[in-house]
Amino acid sequence: MSETSRTGIRIARHVAELPPSGIRRFFDLVIGMDDVVSLGVGEPDFATPWRICDTAIESLQRGLTSYTSNLGLLTLRQAIADYVRDEFGVEYDPEAEILITNGVSEGLDLAARVLLEPGDEVLVAEPCYVSYKATVSLAGATPVVVETRAEDDFKLQVDVLEDALTERTRAVLLGYPNNPTGAVMSRDELRPIADFAAGHGLVVLSDEIYAHLRYAGEHCCFSSLPGMRERTVLLNGFSKAYAMTGWRLGFACAPAEVVDAMNRVHSYTALCAPTMAQCGAIEALQHCRQEREEMVEAYDQRRRFLVRGLREIGLDCFEPEGAFYAFPSVKATGLDDEEFAERLLMEERVAVVPGRAFGASGAQHVRCCYATSMEHLRTALERMATFLDRLPRQV
Amino acid sequence: MIERILKILEEDSRVTPAEIARRLGIEEEEAKRLIAEAERSGAILGYGAIVNWGKVLPDRVYAYISVSAQPERNIGFEQVARRIAGFPEVHSVYLVSGTHDLTVVVEADDFRDVAAFVAEKLAPIRGVQSTATSFVLKIYKLEGRMIDEGDEPHRLAVSP
Repeated sequence: MSETSRTGIRIARHVAELPPSGIRRFFDLVIGMDDVVSLGVGEPDFATPWRICDTAIESLQRGLTSYTSNLGLLTLRQAIADYVRDEFGVEYDPEAEILITNGVSEGLDLAARVLLEPGDEVLVAEPCYVSYKATVSLAGATPVVVETRAEDDFKLQVDVLEDALTERTRAVLLGYPNNPTGAVMSRDELRPIADFAAGHGLVVLSDEIYAHLRYAGEHCCFSSLPGMRERTVLLNGFSKAYAMTGWRLGFACAPAEVVDAMNRVHSYTALCAPTMAQCGAIEALQHCRQEREEMVEAYDQRRRFLVRGLREIGLDCFEPEGAFYAFPSVKATGLDDEEFAERLLMEERVAVVPGRAFGASGAQHVRCCYATSMEHLRTALERMATFLDRLPRQV
Repeated sequence: MIERILKILEEDSRVTPAEIARRLGIEEEEAKRLIAEAERSGAILGYGAIVNWGKVLPDRVYAYISVSAQPERNIGFEQVARRIAGFPEVHSVYLVSGTHDLTVVVEADDFRDVAAFVAEKLAPIRGVQSTATSFVLKIYKLEGRMIDEGDEPHRLAVSP
């Protein structure tokens, strides 16, 4: 069933069959509408701290506009090694175990390509970021969804992993703090996952892009768990903690042979991450702790405000302790998540994202991002209250 | 906690104690008490809007006047500073380090008023040795806020 377009150009089947992101349809609805208060974004509302921009500008003025080494600037890899050691307690060799990527997206893609073969299965914890399953599929492997449940506060449970395990299972892919749920997992909660991975010889791909956006307790880096450094690909980057989404800069930390393989693909497909972004990132790690902490404090205030507000207008919302999302259930409204989001958008001009865009287990929930101004949050809550008041009462 | 409350109010003085309490995870009564305490102690001097007067009164002028003064025995610049500060056209007064002693910010309806203030009020004060007046020509940033920054950063309304 190969597809042929009007021009007669055939799109490869494995791409033509790739379902579009569930967020896409909703994005198309919102586009062109006026006066929308959006809680639908997945990025910080802050501009990148100025000293990072200033450093990047200066790098351009100094003429640092050529390629860097495939792995990325050694100074940056060194700064990342220090940062990962100091903040998360894991040591990586900047010469051989760290690769600078074009965002976590590329890092994940590279890891999938070098670790997976056709027929391999990857256990993907859902709800999750929209690209996980697609990335595994594009690498030729098979994503196997393992669901996290609202009653477990969307923390991954080892029993669902056990149930989904086959002899083809090769890896586990998870992201905590989680987009879209805001769920986090503590060291103790991650330990059984680590034991499971070790027990079955699996690799763990851990997307920790929201590591700094933790509002209670400390982030546990997966590779800091006993025995996990050797079987984890740690993916992180600058987008969320330093409000640098548009810079497209991430990094992967993994055992040398994995980084070497990833770098081989990266050197052919991307060559290197943008040089000016790498220069900015050095400044971010070395001098922007205060800016980062101020942003986290602002998110935390908005988080408390939004979660309490959502509960007061009648939406059941578990306590999100990470990232910048609340993930209330809309079950009590009698609407499913897509109806809820669509009607809320059309009738009250508030954009939230239906939970099923992040996997079937996200159904009956909507993702509300609080990385937006207090003014928008106030308006959004008022409009949502009006919307809910209008719905017929559910028993 | 009071620092976090003051930061919120410095950003937007209209935020209610109820909202402050929600944002910080404390009781509303606690927020009210801390705010009242800050008002009493003088940590909060008042509540107002940050006005960019240039939008409404394009002729209004601000001048930064560098004043060199003769310090007095035991009290230094106290008396001369307070005397200058008393004039209503004086917006703020700072004792500063460097080539002069006081920086006096004056606001007036036009530059002649500033000139008159300097010649008739400020310079004749006993202890004022010299003044150097710099008129503000354009404001780029005011009270931590950028002015006429250009395009708002454009974020997609929905993104993954």
